[in-house]
Amino acid sequence: MRRILRRREIVADDWRHLGEDLEEGSALIVPLVELRKDPERWRQWRGRLGVLLRSVDPVEEVAGDLPRLDLVAVEFPTPSDGRGYSAGRLLRERLGFRGELRAVGAGVRQDQVFLLARCGFDAIELASTEDPEAARRALDRYTIAYQPGSSEVALRRQRFFA
Amino acid sequence: MYQYDALDQAFVDQRVAEFRDQMRRHLAGELSEDEFRPLRLRNGLYIQRHAPMLRIAIPYGLLAARQLRKLADIARRYDRGFGHFTTRQNLQLNWPKLVDVPDILAELATVQMHAIQTSGNCVRNVTADHLAGIAPDEVDDPRPYCEIIRQWATLHPEFTYLPRKFKIAVTGSPEDRAASEVHDIGLHLTRNGSGGIGFTVLVGGGLGRTPMIGQVIREFLPLPDLLSYLEAILRVYNRHGRRDNLNKARIKILVKSLGIARFREQVEAEWQLSRESSARLPAAEVERVRGFFRPQPYETLEDLDAASGREPRFKAWYRYNTRPHRVPGYRAVFVALKAHGHNPGDMSSEQMEAVASLAERVSFGLIRTTHNQNLMLADVRQRDLYEVWLELERLGLAMPNIGTLTDMIACPGLDFCSLANAGTLGVARQIQERFDDLDYLYDLGDIEIKMSGCMNACGHHHVGHIGILGVDKHGEEWYQISLGGSANAFTALGEVIGPSVPKAEVASTIERIVEVYRTLRADGERFIETLRRVGLEPFREGAYATHPAAA
Repeated sequence: MRRILRRREIVADDWRHLGEDLEEGSALIVPLVELRKDPERWRQWRGRLGVLLRSVDPVEEVAGDLPRLDLVAVEFPTPSDGRGYSAGRLLRERLGFRGELRAVGAGVRQDQVFLLARCGFDAIELASTEDPEAARRALDRYTIAYQPGSSEVALRRQRFFA
Repeated sequence: MYQYDALDQAFVDQRVAEFRDQMRRHLAGELSEDEFRPLRLRNGLYIQRHAPMLRIAIPYGLLAARQLRKLADIARRYDRGFGHFTTRQNLQLNWPKLVDVPDILAELATVQMHAIQTSGNCVRNVTADHLAGIAPDEVDDPRPYCEIIRQWATLHPEFTYLPRKFKIAVTGSPEDRAASEVHDIGLHLTRNGSGGIGFTVLVGGGLGRTPMIGQVIREFLPLPDLLSYLEAILRVYNRHGRRDNLNKARIKILVKSLGIARFREQVEAEWQLSRESSARLPAAEVERVRGFFRPQPYETLEDLDAASGREPRFKAWYRYNTRPHRVPGYRAVFVALKAHGHNPGDMSSEQMEAVASLAERVSFGLIRTTHNQNLMLADVRQRDLYEVWLELERLGLAMPNIGTLTDMIACPGLDFCSLANAGTLGVARQIQERFDDLDYLYDLGDIEIKMSGCMNACGHHHVGHIGILGVDKHGEEWYQISLGGSANAFTALGEVIGPSVPKAEVASTIERIVEVYRTLRADGERFIETLRRVGLEPFREGAYATHPAAA
């Protein structure tokens, strides 16, 4: 059972990625390309539905889908690919997405967790090698930030934009 | 200068703790070298040819005496007793031990210093004019805005993993002393018609493999919008900059491929959507930061003729190594790190300590680092100049060659850097030896030599009046010469004059080039002016002539 960091808790993941074992009606994360391939199937999907954006997918692509999505997952293929940070802030601040915003992929490490939380990610699906406890501790690594941010997860005192 | 409060101090302390943990995990095998690299780079730590290299941030080149003392102390205890000042106003230590780096960072934090984001694909140290706050021609002091940008850029959640490194320079004077037009973003302080402060924003400048001059993206950006506009530029870059090819990942490539007009459209569109939601810079916060950069408590003095009646060597030093100050009775003094026989930009721990003490005695306890790899005491009473000169002479820091040919910029080159093709420091020595006659140097006047050991152009060779680039030819060091570059009021990229020359021929080639200038110059004409007037051809011919004109 995969464990994820959701807000400040380590919990069993109640979502499945397309291709993983699932029961009818369970919560499912579907890559954007699949969502577009068979729109009718997903319109009729009875369970909770999420979309997975690759780091090259523009978030604007899913703007119209957000009302019926419970989750948006953003892929970080490597720690150095920082496009997903912009995606997170845009989803939260511009597109007003209030569902679960999840970071996924091999690039999601404990050393990125603090930045992810600050960009509005409230769920962290760590790379399989990572220790969730260490990631949870990393949320509290800093007690001040110098930028405005979307996080309600990591404790912040902000300098310019208090 | 800016002083940390409890929040700033907590932040750097927490940063040290984070890096200590990352180092521990690396040494324990939990973080592979590939995984550790981006983390250590964001704390200034490179793995170099012979040893690690640690690049310590000196924000916009401003140091307090106690900070310079701490750098001296660190260089002595953790390195070989010297450090190297860089073109981006930072300090590099070339021989620290890997395992000591967390302790070094902890030492730095005790004097409100750090090495955060001095490397890696993130926003780097923000640089400024070394005459900030004292230049007679200044519109406004750039340093408060540099400090605001520094804080904003520090561990920015969205922009810490950019496609490539990102450098910002801010200038407050029409004369650009910070090479701002070859930065990813250059900000020129200016006033609009109603006297409001703002910035002309340039984007897409840079050196390296594909040198480009920044282009104006916005003529006037009001101060309160500074950070929201920077965020818009960075966001467009972060989303659309190339990540498939390291050599094409700088913002200059994105700007070039879109063209400045389309890039501007994208940034403005992004900005219009975000500027309302992203908070404007609060006036109270700007005032708080400005308060740290108020003018020093100057005495009411009159200008003196400080050189009159003194010995010729002092007069030469006064002329070449000091600069006018906006306050009567004061002058800015270069601490020259270009003594012949020494590596440009290097300074020993003893010299650092002595300069720290000197600064406390004569310049309000502050020291600046310059883009040209010298230091500066910015606020010296003219009546103290002779005493200051004596002390700098004693320290070997009074070489009166600032602005002359041997005040050259050079990267550390093959002696230290794992990227370099060429031993730039050896060539620097060769040039110093060839041009050791001060009268000859003075006759040549204002000539800037800038030298890089590889395409990455850390020595800014593209914008040297004379640029020297080390290239590798079948395992041998050769040097490509370019002419006509400039990074001042009129930024220009130099043009390569022809085939590269072997190492032993560099100084002779330069000598032949400057002899062409001596032959062709009109009265009072500087090297770069003659070059622009007559064009490259006579210089090209002279450079490769087998029988150079006698000097």
